[in-house]
Amino acid sequence: MEFIQTLLANQLIVSILLSTLPLIFINVMVLVVLYTEMKVAAHIQDRVAYMRTGWHGVLQPIADMLKLLQKEDIIPTKADKLLFRMAPFIAFIGTYVVYAVLPFSSIYIGSNINLGAFFLVAAGSFVVIGILMAGWASNNKWSLFGGIRSAAQMISYEIPTALAIVIVVMITGSLNLQDVTKFQDGGIGNWIIFGGPLPWAQKLMLMPFTLITFLILFVASIAEVNRTPFDLPEAESELVQGYNTEYSGMRFAMFYLSEYANLFTVSAVVVSLFLGGWSSPFNSFMSGPLWGIFWFVTKAYTFVLIQIWLRWTLPRLRVDQLMFVSWKVLTPWLFVCILAVGLILVI
Amino acid sequence: MTAHEIFNILKTKFGDALIETKLSAAGGSASIGYAMQMWISIAPDKIREICLFLRDDSAMQFDYLSCLSGVDYNNGTLGIVYHLTSMVYKHKIVLKTYCTKDNPHIQSVSDVWGTANWHEREVFDLFGIIIDGHPDLRRILLPDDWEGNPLRKDYKVQEFYHGIKVPY
Amino acid sequence: MIDPTMPPPPTLPTNYTAKPGHLKTSTGKTIRTEEMIINMGPQHPSTHGVLRLEIVVDGEIIVDCIPHIGYMHRCFEKHCEQMTNYQKVIAYADRMDYCSAMTNEWAFALAAEKLLKIEVPERVEYIRVIMAELQRIASHLIAVGTYGIDSGAYTPFLYAFIDREKILDLFEITCGARLLYNYIWIGGLSHDLPPNFIEQAKDFIKYFRLRIKMLNDLLTYNEIFVKRTAKVGVLPKDVAINYAVSGPQLRGSGVNWDLRRDDPYSIYHKLDWQPQIGKGEMGIVGDCWDRHIVRMREMEQSLNIIEQALAALPEGNVKAAIPKRIRPEKDAEIYVRTEASRGELGYYIISDGTASPFRVKARGPAFVNLSVLPEITRGGLIADLVLTAGSIDIVLSEVDR
Repeated sequence: MEFIQTLLANQLIVSILLSTLPLIFINVMVLVVLYTEMKVAAHIQDRVAYMRTGWHGVLQPIADMLKLLQKEDIIPTKADKLLFRMAPFIAFIGTYVVYAVLPFSSIYIGSNINLGAFFLVAAGSFVVIGILMAGWASNNKWSLFGGIRSAAQMISYEIPTALAIVIVVMITGSLNLQDVTKFQDGGIGNWIIFGGPLPWAQKLMLMPFTLITFLILFVASIAEVNRTPFDLPEAESELVQGYNTEYSGMRFAMFYLSEYANLFTVSAVVVSLFLGGWSSPFNSFMSGPLWGIFWFVTKAYTFVLIQIWLRWTLPRLRVDQLMFVSWKVLTPWLFVCILAVGLILVI
Repeated sequence: MTAHEIFNILKTKFGDALIETKLSAAGGSASIGYAMQMWISIAPDKIREICLFLRDDSAMQFDYLSCLSGVDYNNGTLGIVYHLTSMVYKHKIVLKTYCTKDNPHIQSVSDVWGTANWHEREVFDLFGIIIDGHPDLRRILLPDDWEGNPLRKDYKVQEFYHGIKVPY
Repeated sequence: MIDPTMPPPPTLPTNYTAKPGHLKTSTGKTIRTEEMIINMGPQHPSTHGVLRLEIVVDGEIIVDCIPHIGYMHRCFEKHCEQMTNYQKVIAYADRMDYCSAMTNEWAFALAAEKLLKIEVPERVEYIRVIMAELQRIASHLIAVGTYGIDSGAYTPFLYAFIDREKILDLFEITCGARLLYNYIWIGGLSHDLPPNFIEQAKDFIKYFRLRIKMLNDLLTYNEIFVKRTAKVGVLPKDVAINYAVSGPQLRGSGVNWDLRRDDPYSIYHKLDWQPQIGKGEMGIVGDCWDRHIVRMREMEQSLNIIEQALAALPEGNVKAAIPKRIRPEKDAEIYVRTEASRGELGYYIISDGTASPFRVKARGPAFVNLSVLPEITRGGLIADLVLTAGSIDIVLSEVDR
């Protein structure tokens, strides 16, 4: 990253360049994830999908994007026009800014701030505002239901997310995601999910707690991004797309884009915190700055696949059961883990 | 209990309300399941009392109203036919009431069996029989502003409904 | 076809501009300030057809639920009076409940046969039982599959439809149609079984037993599904009987009542099978899970019935008893009820001695089962309303006829 700065002296141009890189990455990645989701869903359901456009349908996501781009933009008459127009973009902003602190490789991180993990949770909650605006501004009682449910769900699942990140911070001592990843460098045994690069006794005692924390973080992140089994805000059977009901065309595409980008974001966060980020699992075989990007994307993509798998297998939870899981199951377990990890690190 | 015994019990209790009966089965190779051609006809202002008795009496216990149908007999009378079953004793009975087209009023039995609520609304909708004592008498199958009662024999389809031509 | 000289139709009053405390539901009750009237309109992904539910909610808790039906009303009963032959009604009767057409036809054919005092050959009875039980399995597969979609699991629906395809193949080789058959005629059947039917049916039975187990593992015993459906939409026994509920919904509430055994028709008394009752294994007796498991177990029992019927199938001519002229006696009337997939399907036929019926009343089980919906959803959440309405298993064309 520094060599780009030496190449172009102008700081502004450098910043603009570096901030468009994630945008290009998101666009390409969303097309791939969209195709994956549809194909995986089809094979789980014992059918094939997308066989016509291109070989086995690889051009279908591009066709979908083109279709959404050229649709008529319909705004309901009584809708709150300013909020209605702003909502998809704010939801996308919430997803997009998180890419600034994700360490794609040892030489590339959008913004190497010392508050990486904290910024993640804080700025990621922009999505809640976007969804609430969409639900209210649509002037539709069903969208309102979707928006309110979503706000309640996302706010209550931010607590397990933040607490799980606190546990990782306790082990590594830094909120900077690049430092956390460097901490786990050196092979699969150093990953925090297996206890981190600590002496054997501490590692063995830490391992169950970090495993639990990893699972809780994964589950809470799925709830953060409104995926089944937590997708009540956009529950198709009840709310006809929830907060999305009145949106069409490009605005709907923005919500869609931000949902799939969120899938990757959440997987990327879990991977950087617990599974070693860009570091290679084999100590120095296949490691290096460019290999880092490969490992990062591959590991995150595995978790995207797991999320897709969960979506097409499980039914969805009801709103009050969602809240129950967050407040009465995940959070107490995390408190136990914080206590245990703290004790183990001190002893 | 056979239909004869039920009829005898009803006759001793509500003698004057029973107008006519048809208690000989038309025969055929019917097992008990199909001998439902015997019926008892009740005066329209006593029907609810008799139904309450039939439901609550411990020897009868007709707790299941299988079907409630309206009929237009094409001679100026309308009527309702009730098919009752007892889940406890597994016996059946058929009751009928009549009313005229000029004064189409029949008592409601919707507080005796909850299922009569929707069935009576359907009779009101399709036949125009006004059910006295029904908690919520409005059209159920046809739109609220439809004119006429289709299942009557002298029904003429309306020409236009909200600007759309009805007969095709 | 719109007449341009007509004045514009009067705008129907909407409830949405009145002050709070002055809003009224369709039944005329005024709602309080905290409550909101919301419409699960005729077009909705999960009301299983064109059903309009007007819900009065307090937050997410349902205070009242008023169903509005009639969007699919075609006045089947008036059409029957215009038919010039009783046989012609059969083709129309199976359009009432299109998910379960064989049982519709059978009920009407039974009613007409009793009216005309016709005895059908035994082979016809056995084949009718086989077809009806296959149809029951197909109909329950739709119910189970769409119930999965209502609760968010999209996959069991497609697995159920793969199995349903095999049943529809069996129907297609017999009578040529997959959905609306016109197969069970008054006095017999329209076609005899083709030569490869028995083999194919036996293969299907073997194949389907494993698939039921798979569907159970995927959906029925899934913990999230159990949490969504247990203790939800509880229908107590006395309310069920008072509202004349029938079919799997009644048996799910613990009432041991099955018309194939308690009001017997055809040859069911010769076969060995058990009605399935809900016992409240995962929650309370009469909740949505009970109705679901009753349907799953009924499918297994239907397989047993089909197996026994196939083994005992006698020879005969299926068209031997079909009458050339249908002329019932004057003033004869009959009410016949059968156990269709959704419950008690009854036909009340009055004849006046002519070739067309004087009055036909179709007692659709879905119509009666739906009337109990307001009672069982009060106090639940909107998410529960969707699952409860799905567990009743309605087909709107039978509700509206």
